[in-house]
Amino acid sequence: MGERILDIKNLQINFHTYAGDVKAIRDVSFHLDKGETLAIVGESGSGKSVTTKSLMGLLANNARVVGGQVLFHGEDILKKSEKQMQNIRGKDIAMIFQDPMTSLDPTMKIGKQIAEPLIKHKHVEKRKALAQALEILKLVGIDQAEKRMNDYPHQFSGGQRQRIVIAIALVCYPEILIADEPTTALDVTIQAQILDLMKELQQKIETSIIFITHDLGVVAGMADRVAVMYAGQIIEYGSVDEIFYNPQHPYTWGLLNSMPTLSSTNLEAIPGTPPDLLDPPKGDPFAARNPYAMKIDAEEKPPFFKVSDTHYASTWLLHPDAPKITPPDEIVRRRKVFAAMQASAN
Amino acid sequence: MPENRKKVLEVKHLKQYFGVGKPGMVKAVDDVSFDIYEGEVFGLVGESGSGKTTAGRSIIHLYNPTDGQIIFNGKDVSSFKSKQDKLDFTRNMQMIFQDPQASLNPRMTVEDIIAEGIDIHHLAKDKADRRKKVEDLLETVGLNRDHASRYPHEFSGGQRQRIGIARALAVEPSFIIADEPISALDVSIQAQVVNLMKDLQVQKGLTYLFIAHDLSMVKYISDRIGVLHFGKLLEVGPADDVYLKPLHDYTKSLISAVPEPDPEFERTRKRVPYDASIEKDKEGQPRKLREIVPGHFVRCSEAEIPFYKERAEKYETTEQPLPTV
Repeated sequence: MGERILDIKNLQINFHTYAGDVKAIRDVSFHLDKGETLAIVGESGSGKSVTTKSLMGLLANNARVVGGQVLFHGEDILKKSEKQMQNIRGKDIAMIFQDPMTSLDPTMKIGKQIAEPLIKHKHVEKRKALAQALEILKLVGIDQAEKRMNDYPHQFSGGQRQRIVIAIALVCYPEILIADEPTTALDVTIQAQILDLMKELQQKIETSIIFITHDLGVVAGMADRVAVMYAGQIIEYGSVDEIFYNPQHPYTWGLLNSMPTLSSTNLEAIPGTPPDLLDPPKGDPFAARNPYAMKIDAEEKPPFFKVSDTHYASTWLLHPDAPKITPPDEIVRRRKVFAAMQASAN
Repeated sequence: MPENRKKVLEVKHLKQYFGVGKPGMVKAVDDVSFDIYEGEVFGLVGESGSGKTTAGRSIIHLYNPTDGQIIFNGKDVSSFKSKQDKLDFTRNMQMIFQDPQASLNPRMTVEDIIAEGIDIHHLAKDKADRRKKVEDLLETVGLNRDHASRYPHEFSGGQRQRIGIARALAVEPSFIIADEPISALDVSIQAQVVNLMKDLQVQKGLTYLFIAHDLSMVKYISDRIGVLHFGKLLEVGPADDVYLKPLHDYTKSLISAVPEPDPEFERTRKRVPYDASIEKDKEGQPRKLREIVPGHFVRCSEAEIPFYKERAEKYETTEQPLPTV
């Protein structure tokens, strides 16, 4: 992979509420290289959206960054003023949100909305900006783009609107594109089109993508690397093959086990619910729902154990002294595929 | 075999149009027919705007169908005149809604929400009996007995959907329409709720109409599946057949777009594009659901039958690529 453009180190974010401080992000570290797609997987409340909002400087008013750094080309974004952030946001780091209706201005023609970042950030003359907007509108696959430049958001379907949102995000050729559940609101066939479009554009303009989702099927098709988040922490990260075929953390097992596939006959649900982050558990946050939990899981947070150069997992099961356990059948099957892949690679 | 099983629900040429007589008339459901047998789960899949939710609502008579018949346990639902008939109907057919946030009254306690049906149908002898019934239901759906006195906002999405299920079960129905019951929930919770629904079905001998857009989940829970597109039923058949041996081009395209949690499979996946213009009937060749293989129907004209027969045969002779895990 290419040059490292983003490095997040020990990020901690709290939300101040009447009930006390919600520890939403608890010591999260990851990095992003040029041209790659990193998927952050987790349930709602796991902190995946908060993490990326902090990269954009879009945290809510009651959020406080308690510690850590977000290094973008070596500079800490968290230390920048709102004015400096406005120069980065939309130009170097752009974002696509889940709901394409609420992220477009309903009273503005879409041609103008796409051209706006060019005029603001790159000081392109209005007529030229509109011409470039037309180009990118064609690129994202809107039919009769010349005509549709003068339409308003409500005149487009959900899938088309998401294409427009992508056009706006990419018009300045950002270095990082953050996609926060960009296809959750769309139908499967439209989702497939949008995902293909994102992959195609990524190659064309060489942007890096942080892809946030809870849909492991989408991750399998999009990501180069995957980070799994739970209760405000990353609990496992690795290449897409390592996470899907050789997962180590019981929560990752649970996620893979509770997703139906076209061939699955049995779904193993994860029992219980995620912990309350007002008072996070001190050990492994997944311990209470984990059938493989050991005594130490409730007492001490496991460090990251190395599985390979690119694959790390935070579970005591990887400790050399841990008892040998047999993972669920589904995981055993996946590991067999992994072993076969490794054998054929060598 | 389905032939000797009892039909619980027969939907015959159901049409549900909105804005009839106005220029913007929408044919949300257009001549849809299918049967549901006792004790089975019938999955209805389709994209947004396909009419799947409308179909469900017409069946339970939240809408008055424009045309067609809905025959439930041998009786035409629209012929019900007396209050008793209507009460019997609502007691036997219940619905679980998509959004557990919007479908529970925030001002009512869980006990009152669940017991509303019990009150209407006079199923409880006295207050203590009512309370006991509610508590038993809460336990059935995996909640605590003491949750009865709480309000909906005190629960998570998954728990709220369990309350919705308990409410549907309260009047001991035989048939439940579940309209996207899990699409608002998190992945790990989705499996919990679907497994709960599956267990309840077996325990209580329920029949489900399961409406959803998540194809892999529908396949997992359903015995038979109907594929709806632009208000028309394009394909009906056993769940495995529809998924592994789809006959209609639209079904093929839909299945080819379902993401699988398997990177190797995703890398080699071929998406099948679909052109909806083929759905337009040719003059003099009316299309309707026709049986191609026993139990597996596809919407086609008389002349198209050989084409689909050939397609079905091809599946028997060639292996289909499946995910590696």
